[in-house]
Amino acid sequence: MQWNVVIDNFDYLLFGAYPEGPLGGIALTIILALVSIFGAFWLGLAVGLMRLSKRWWLKYPALVYIEIVRGVPLLMLILWFYFMFPVFLGKALPEWDSVIISFIVFTAAYVAEIVRAGVLALPKGQMEASRATGLTHFQAMCHVILPQALRNMIPSFVNQFVSLTKDTSLAYVIGVVELTRAAEQVNNRTLSAPMEIYLTILVMYFIICYVLTSFSRRLERKMARYQARG
Amino acid sequence: MNYQFQWNVVLSGEYLDWIIKGVVVTCQISAVSLFLALVIGTVIAVMRLTRFKPFVWFTAAYTEFFRNTPLLVQIFFWYFGSDGLLPRPVLQWLYERDFEFAAGVIALTVYTSAFIAEEIRSGINSIPKNQLEASRACGLSFVQAMRYVILPQAFRIIIPPLISQSLNLIKNSSLCMTIGVAELTYMARQIESYSFRGFEAFTINMLIYLSISLLVSLAINQYNKHFLRMAG
Repeated sequence: MQWNVVIDNFDYLLFGAYPEGPLGGIALTIILALVSIFGAFWLGLAVGLMRLSKRWWLKYPALVYIEIVRGVPLLMLILWFYFMFPVFLGKALPEWDSVIISFIVFTAAYVAEIVRAGVLALPKGQMEASRATGLTHFQAMCHVILPQALRNMIPSFVNQFVSLTKDTSLAYVIGVVELTRAAEQVNNRTLSAPMEIYLTILVMYFIICYVLTSFSRRLERKMARYQARG
Repeated sequence: MNYQFQWNVVLSGEYLDWIIKGVVVTCQISAVSLFLALVIGTVIAVMRLTRFKPFVWFTAAYTEFFRNTPLLVQIFFWYFGSDGLLPRPVLQWLYERDFEFAAGVIALTVYTSAFIAEEIRSGINSIPKNQLEASRACGLSFVQAMRYVILPQAFRIIIPPLISQSLNLIKNSSLCMTIGVAELTYMARQIESYSFRGFEAFTINMLIYLSISLLVSLAINQYNKHFLRMAG
């Protein structure tokens, strides 16, 4: 065992080359996950509501989008976007931008399904009662349905955030220096302690994801109590 | 847009051969990993339901750890780190053969078995408790009760989620490209390197993965219909 390699390079695993160079390591992993989940929430909300719409020109494009994204590996999506942008935009996007767009598009499909399940779980009478009191469909959705549905979605949404946090490791394949790429660089530089390095970052990922997963479970139990009272 | 699509380039001659080989390797690594993951997942799930505390703690730790860490890092761990884990003769044996494939199989198996264990545990818990009690009352041991009474019923219920896990496994096998397993994604990357037609290569690969997942989804739907008809 050569844990000194890990200890000597621990700040690199945490922050990458910062402040001398670009931010990397687990800090970048967390930033990638947060930025992507923020984007995925709004896109997923829009797609989820489209999926629920009675208008076919909203419903079926959303359905096709969800099925395509759920049917392909995220790695394929990352590589596909990476090579697609030069084709359609005429210039390559930076790795960071490319990978964030991939994460947002990928995760939004799963968020859309969570949104759909959350809305469908509410009794139909809620929408009918809202319309009967004179609200438009849009007003009913914004002020009556979504607040309740979004609250119900929170545990599933946290689970999706955990999945996304794990998936940020895939940014490795196009050279983004998050935790996995940072570990590879340390390993290539030192060449003496691969098991220790990868075990360390496994534990680092585990700590983050397990905390979030436990949080999600606690939320679910609270939601259950909340539902029981209502 | 000045780009000229050349689909025929990535579908001709050598490149088409590569794609076909990639599909074959993807199917191979997925099939081997799925079989092993089902076996290990079942064992883990049953161990967790015993009253033997060390079993329960080990299986809980196993499923929590491997479900909450990225598969890509697990692949690297088994590939780069196994030098310090496995005895020399085993390593030698693996090195003489396809070490990348073996590392990929181990990673995919361990990762997927953690999810499968949870599915099976849910399935077992959904069987009424008195089934197990009645089995024991008839003189069956715990293992016998599990094998002949509980698991057959549980597996019928959890086949759809297991098929979903199979689909996830096939998609996850794309990550083995990072350690040199020559599967579908690896081949697309290689075609891109040789022809500079990355967009076409990856689009076709996405269509292949999509076809596989749609076929599997159809299988799930057919099973659900059949199962519901039987149950009704």
